[in-house]
Amino acid sequence: MLELKHLSKTYRTGDQALTDIGFTVPAGQVVGLIGPSGAGKSTLIRCINRLVEPSRGSVVLGDTELTTLRGRALRKARRRIGMIFQEYALVERLTVMENVLSGRLGYVAGWRSFLRRFNREDIALAFSLLEKVGLAAHYNKRADALSGGQRQRVGIARALEQNPELLLVDEPTASLDPKTSRQIMRLIQTVCRERNLPAIINIHDVMLAQQFSDRIIGLRAGEVVFDGKPEELTDDVLTRIYGEEDWAQVRKDQTDEDNDRASPAVDLAEGV
Amino acid sequence: MSNATPSTWRRPPVLLKNPLWRRAFYLGAIVYLALALQSVEVNWMRVYDGLERGWRFVEGFLVPDFTSRWTDIRAGLIESLTMTVTSTVAGILISVPIGIGAARNLAPAPVYLACRAIITLSRSFQEVIIAILLVAMFGFGPFAGFLTLAFATIGFLSKLLAEDIEACDRNQIEAIRATGAGWWQVVNYAVQPQVMPRLVGLSLYRLDINFRESAVIGIVGAGGIGATLNTAIDRYEYDSAGAILIIIIAIVLAVEYSSSHIRRWVQ
Repeated sequence: MLELKHLSKTYRTGDQALTDIGFTVPAGQVVGLIGPSGAGKSTLIRCINRLVEPSRGSVVLGDTELTTLRGRALRKARRRIGMIFQEYALVERLTVMENVLSGRLGYVAGWRSFLRRFNREDIALAFSLLEKVGLAAHYNKRADALSGGQRQRVGIARALEQNPELLLVDEPTASLDPKTSRQIMRLIQTVCRERNLPAIINIHDVMLAQQFSDRIIGLRAGEVVFDGKPEELTDDVLTRIYGEEDWAQVRKDQTDEDNDRASPAVDLAEGV
Repeated sequence: MSNATPSTWRRPPVLLKNPLWRRAFYLGAIVYLALALQSVEVNWMRVYDGLERGWRFVEGFLVPDFTSRWTDIRAGLIESLTMTVTSTVAGILISVPIGIGAARNLAPAPVYLACRAIITLSRSFQEVIIAILLVAMFGFGPFAGFLTLAFATIGFLSKLLAEDIEACDRNQIEAIRATGAGWWQVVNYAVQPQVMPRLVGLSLYRLDINFRESAVIGIVGAGGIGATLNTAIDRYEYDSAGAILIIIIAIVLAVEYSSSHIRRWVQ
């Protein structure tokens, strides 16, 4: 369980990125975090694992207060939180296997990671995760030899290799085509269901967010302006989050596009 | 059609916007160039003498004599190559930690400033000047040359390595930090793979530079092929000097050729 209380972030430039954010994510809940560019979505999830230092407030994961941790304790907390990135953020010149195993870096001793001597269980876990994301045959390929969708699958495997208690997902589909985007979102949703894993998915595609989350939080200018079920995301609410727009038309366009695309073979390529 | 769309456009001046200042600047530059050229005194008789001597040098170069001074040349070559390889290896070993310390995105401020100071110190002196100083300190011979080249390598490699580390993809570093990795693990997993090809390329380039410099600093007494070359010129043995120059050129070409292959291979 993750609990945020009165979380605020003011950058050194004086920009107020987050104002008094508070919500609780119970185990197994997939939260879609939506909002316009610059609303503070990225800052919010980076404040949770302290890639960005929050200015005020508290973040509690399980029963650990994360905002006061330093050094070793902070690294131990970070390894409990898996993170998936917008541009995949794989280390391009390392192999797929090294990228997945890097999810264990918070657990293994420095010399072991330096010599790539990981425990048998870690390696077995990595192989089974690659199998799960459909990349079993590619484990010795260099990460930059993979396609976008494949790279994001490696990114998911790396996050799961940490055996996380929470997933933070930053725009997972921003650089993927619509079909691959759905496959990736479905994969994230599936692993969260299987492991009863809570996730915060920061996403700008409202339709994807609605389809694959249990709960939607809308952020505007650093404040929560909506928190509810995906079905409650009406045109009025979208206007509150994003500003004036003909939402009925947007939805219609989106549905047409989906129908065009999905007609003959519905995601048969899943797992490729 | 009073406000028709314009069909002429000229790029606005970038630096000196005022036309008066612009003309004054160009005029000043031309006047300075003319005055500077006039201040250079040329002794045409001396140039004529020198041309003759230069021609003898070219003749020697065309009929190089490898044999009569071969023992000296060989000894000088071996000394130079030893000096080059040892100083490059020592230089790399010292440069890598200093380069990491001089990268703003990895090192805390005091370490950063200290490492930058070392780099600046190393870069502010030309090799020949360091060689003169070190020859005075440690006497004639290759040890002074070794120290000179190693010292110069540190300034070169650390600076370029630090800049390469600072230009690393931040997302990859962030992703490895997010797994709970420690500082060394971040360096090993996120930074090293990104900078390794360039580090190898720069090291080979520095090997090449060090060999060429070893010929130059030999002239001021730091041993190696430069000392042999200097002796040959002093004795007016231009055919032997020509042979030495040809060998230097051949070795530089060989290093250059192989390093471009190795660089492509490690990419």
